[in-house]
Amino acid sequence: MNPTIDDAPAQRGQVLGAWVRNNAWALGLIGFLAVLLAFTRTIQPTYGVSGVQGLAISALPLALAAVAQAVVVISGGIDLSIGSMMALTSVVAASLMEGQSEEVAVVIVLGVLVLGLVLGAVNGTVIVLTKVPDIVVTLAMLFVWAGTALLVSRAPGGESAQWLRDLVLGSVGNEWIPKAAVVLFAVVAIVWIPLRRSRLGLSLYAVGSNPLAAFRSGVSVGRTKIAAYMLTGLFSAMAGLSLTASTGLATPLPGPYTLLSVAAVVLGGVSLAGGRGGVLGPILAVVILSLIRTDMTFMRWDPNYATVAQGAILVGVVMVGTLFQRRRMRA
Amino acid sequence: MSGVASAPPARGQAFSFGGVRALLRDSPVIPLIGLLVLLVVLFEVLRPGFVSVNWAGGMVRAAIPLAVLAACQTITMLTGGIDLSVAAIASMTGFLVATLIGSVGLPAAIVIALLCAALAGLVNGIGVGVFRVHPLIMTLGMSLIVFGLANVWQVQRVQTGAGVPVEFRTLGAGTFLGVFPNSLALFVPLAAVVLIGLHRTGYGRLLYAIGDNPVAARLSGVRSWQVLIVLYVISAVLAGLAGFLYTGLNNTASVALVETQLLPSVAAAVVGGTSILGGRGGYGGTIVGALILTVAGALLNALGFKEADRLILFGAIIVVFTAAYARITSDN
Repeated sequence: MNPTIDDAPAQRGQVLGAWVRNNAWALGLIGFLAVLLAFTRTIQPTYGVSGVQGLAISALPLALAAVAQAVVVISGGIDLSIGSMMALTSVVAASLMEGQSEEVAVVIVLGVLVLGLVLGAVNGTVIVLTKVPDIVVTLAMLFVWAGTALLVSRAPGGESAQWLRDLVLGSVGNEWIPKAAVVLFAVVAIVWIPLRRSRLGLSLYAVGSNPLAAFRSGVSVGRTKIAAYMLTGLFSAMAGLSLTASTGLATPLPGPYTLLSVAAVVLGGVSLAGGRGGVLGPILAVVILSLIRTDMTFMRWDPNYATVAQGAILVGVVMVGTLFQRRRMRA
Repeated sequence: MSGVASAPPARGQAFSFGGVRALLRDSPVIPLIGLLVLLVVLFEVLRPGFVSVNWAGGMVRAAIPLAVLAACQTITMLTGGIDLSVAAIASMTGFLVATLIGSVGLPAAIVIALLCAALAGLVNGIGVGVFRVHPLIMTLGMSLIVFGLANVWQVQRVQTGAGVPVEFRTLGAGTFLGVFPNSLALFVPLAAVVLIGLHRTGYGRLLYAIGDNPVAARLSGVRSWQVLIVLYVISAVLAGLAGFLYTGLNNTASVALVETQLLPSVAAAVVGGTSILGGRGGYGGTIVGALILTVAGALLNALGFKEADRLILFGAIIVVFTAAYARITSDN
């Protein structure tokens, strides 16, 4: 026997061990999700295909919002205007698509994605140029974009193109695989995975973990930050489009998405200090948050308790997360 | 406007650019009053006949609840924090009193409402001071919790209905001697306490110290977690009082009554020269800031602008003023 082959299982074990250690948080979330699904099945034995379908569709906008938040948090910022950007892009898409043909709608969707990039670029540029903290600028932009959405939506109504609706509603192949989930993973595979392996992706993590070190290694911090906010804008636009697609109409009011995206990001193992985490954790966290809401309905709780629970989960998770972070720093 | 008188007089070299910078840095109240006068003149030019003694009384009456709410932002921003739960807390206290008054009477209802507010503030303070959660996240989360619980309460109380106590209406919307708003009776002592508390007491200095340099404050023996817990309780109680004023002013009580005032309250403090980064500012500027925003809002209204334009404008004001003050004060 060749000695290298003898070593292979041990090495493979080490690689597996490292992989488990690096993804411990995501694996824990998957475990928790499994427990939660089993619990859902016990309290509501009829929970099945339609439940999973509904879960995927209702979680899609928030999942995309969480990905949007994750990108900017990894680069060391935070974007409180995601909910407003979603409202704005959703309203623009719905009002432009009203009465248009399916072909024109394709152009409109592409245009809305570009709009998302522009909104993000504005956020990022204002932050970089004025040197006002991210949290303040995006808090202010939250209101600017919300106001703009109100302006756009003067005419009530709007509609979604049929193909856009077909893209997220229903299932593909097996009835257990909702289209919304496929769309989500396709988007992440097309945009995030190549990005993470690129120079820009590395810069995002570098700027997030230590801007000064990144600067001294030749990374343009300002440009990277603007790029991060543009990506956030892009994902927010996708989230806005998914809102239009899944509901078929658009409201100019920002939903609870901004706050929940922050909660999902923290719950998903992304450090609010930047430079650490990925997008899989936040997506899992969104599914968990949505399922908790569903379970509360099954248990006949007042739906208002769901708002309370979301606030409490957000605060609790951030508290525990900050505590762990300080432990790690001291160690 | 009792804070205005306490501002130090302008120095001799105020006309040079460096002097203007120093003036803006050390006592932003004086240029802010200039801006306020300018706005009033603009109002009179664009819409002649509006400005009168009664109009001024109405403006002050509308600005007072905002100034109380902005006090919460001012004191928390001095430590480098912010309190975004004030709108939810203010709506909650007003709503609680309106729903409880039938069963327990006004004084008990007020006490219960303020205790609930203080409890929310206590949790905020523990989160920020002990667990070191970013104040923005902590208070946003708290606003969700308070709003959700208020809604639960609303569902349970739907049969009894809500009635705004007559005392609140008199306090929030009434006037004495024809023009002076009754709310001045609550506001003047309150503003005096905040102003004296910030500038003449050890606790006030601790707030500035923590905001200016948290590490230096800690090394000088400041137990910042204690200071922060007390701070967020004070902020929540102030928000609760503002809720009574809003309830009286609008003659309605609802769980989302004050929600639209959250951004203006931040904007008033920022316009008034309080740095969102901590350690710089004061309540005098905030009071003038609240007046400026109220007059500016009334002007936009009179000119036919919509809610959407106001949102955009207030957002822009926050960014522009924060950036401008940061530039002015960047030399130290």
